[in-house]
Amino acid sequence: MRPAGKGPLDSLYFDYPRFAARRVPELDGATARHPVLIVGAGPIGMTAALVLARYGIRSVLIDRKDTFNDGSRAICIARPSMHILERIGAVAPFVEKALGWRYGRSYYRGEQIFRLEMPQPPGEKYLPMYNLQQQYIEKFLHDAVAASDLIDMRWQSELSGLERHVDGVSARVSSPEGDYFLDALYLLAADGARSPIRSMLGLRLKGDNYEGRYVIADIRMDHDFPTERRAFFEPSGNPGGTVLIHKQPDDIWRVDYQLREGESEAEALKEENIRARVSAILADIGHIKPWELEWWSVYSANTLCLDDYRHERVFFIGDAAHIVPIFGVRGLNNGLADAENIGWKLALVLHGEADDRLLDSYSPERRGATLDVFANATKSTRFMTPPTRGWRLAREAALSLSLKHEFPRGLANPRQMQPYTYSDSVLTPYAISDAAFAGGPVCGSVAPNAKLADGSHLLDYAGHGLTAILFCEAQPTAEQATSLEHLGRIDKRFAAIVVGTQTSISSAKIIADHDGEIARLFAAAPGTLYLLRPDLHIAGRWKAAVPSEILKTAEVCLGGETP
Amino acid sequence: MSAMPFEEFETAYETLATAIDMAGPDREALFLTRLALVLGHELGDIAVFRKAIKTALEGLDQGGAGCSS
Repeated sequence: MRPAGKGPLDSLYFDYPRFAARRVPELDGATARHPVLIVGAGPIGMTAALVLARYGIRSVLIDRKDTFNDGSRAICIARPSMHILERIGAVAPFVEKALGWRYGRSYYRGEQIFRLEMPQPPGEKYLPMYNLQQQYIEKFLHDAVAASDLIDMRWQSELSGLERHVDGVSARVSSPEGDYFLDALYLLAADGARSPIRSMLGLRLKGDNYEGRYVIADIRMDHDFPTERRAFFEPSGNPGGTVLIHKQPDDIWRVDYQLREGESEAEALKEENIRARVSAILADIGHIKPWELEWWSVYSANTLCLDDYRHERVFFIGDAAHIVPIFGVRGLNNGLADAENIGWKLALVLHGEADDRLLDSYSPERRGATLDVFANATKSTRFMTPPTRGWRLAREAALSLSLKHEFPRGLANPRQMQPYTYSDSVLTPYAISDAAFAGGPVCGSVAPNAKLADGSHLLDYAGHGLTAILFCEAQPTAEQATSLEHLGRIDKRFAAIVVGTQTSISSAKIIADHDGEIARLFAAAPGTLYLLRPDLHIAGRWKAAVPSEILKTAEVCLGGETP
Repeated sequence: MSAMPFEEFETAYETLATAIDMAGPDREALFLTRLALVLGHELGDIAVFRKAIKTALEGLDQGGAGCSS
């Protein structure tokens, strides 16, 4: 919602482009079958199209709207998502515009009780979190979409009917230029929380709704405070409710506040009431200068998802598949991981480089990630919006004790998004080999990064297919070289990163690890091998390489049968 | 200082919140008093119990007001 007298797209800081509907070949009789149809050009749908394009796969991307999202909505981009954006060639404008951060503060009745500090290992390229309004996220992704010859972007084009066949889908699309049918081998449903495709397939989200409601309001103000997450429990500016404050680019600040129990939502959303509440909250943090109201909305926490994210040739990604509470910033970030997960798998299957059995792993992996989010988000949601008297009393006790004592303070930790570990996935068949390691990243987790002497990063050398990181002394042994060669025969996109521990290394093909920093990070010794998937999750790791298991893992990652 | 690992402390927090709801608003004070006596008995150390009572009493006026319903 926007202030009286303003249209839905009259923003203080963002100029909305308007995209026209195009006359498309189908309207003139073309019947070519497209490899992939993506419905919904939000951040998730556009990312999916860009992941496919990275592999040379064409897609048609349709959206019923004529521009980007009307509000700032999802504003936190986590580190793993920055890596996804990097891999699709879109990260540069995000780095330039977004506000990176790693700290936060929680207050109880005006006193600080918890200091959030998200880890920033020295080898990492990106900060743990970046704040950026969703319109910018969509704009930057759309710039990349528009620059790609492989993505056929069609605005003002609504899916109005869907037929599913054994070998694909037939979609009816309605646009101002006319209605037409469009055939595709696969359909990615990125059509959001109210997904019409979900309804067309007769599917329902299942899970829980939470009681607490939050108003999310964006304001513009000249306010001197670093980019941190601030949480206020029982603040005098919003008695009986929690407040969250986040900084965004362009002097825009997000003020989230919890409505009191029994408070009327319709009353709370009236402009004068938004202004009064925000003023009281700002007075509480010492901001008495003028401010401008940009946009507001209301939100309540849900943990809802589909039983299966795949229905034959239809894959649900992002909010269409799952709705998670905002606390912990997992909605956008998990959606981006969905898009990358189905993107690389579908691309390799469409190229004939992987068996279509590989697609079976999408739903277990990403639904597993959702259930993990639910477990964490349920904890943070119960703390942010205690559902019953018991939870309210327990929180009041913990918070009041936190003023003087350390022990309960961790309960106020927002448990920000962590990437999910695919250790139970069929694509991680030898997770048991973790036992040989004294530390380092476990099978299924996302690979850590390391900074190299020339300023580049280890993961810069990962490929579009499988990547091996091999640790050796001066150069690979004959047996190791043979293993790498075999991997190259299984996967034509295979890339090898060889890390040498000896000081005498001069080969440009071997990364010198003079101080042993990379080996320590991976708990590796000469002979250790990590096999990474295209999304840089660890498919397997072997302290001393076992060639047969390594090759089997590579085959499984390309749709081979599990051992 | 708590000797309990944080995950266990968090589970204790959640178990307590659920138990207060099970006791119901009319009996929650009785339940919490009984709980304190049971814990004191299991603790077996009157000095530590007195210290815990003191810790819980301190700053009591700063909490509770937001939890009237």
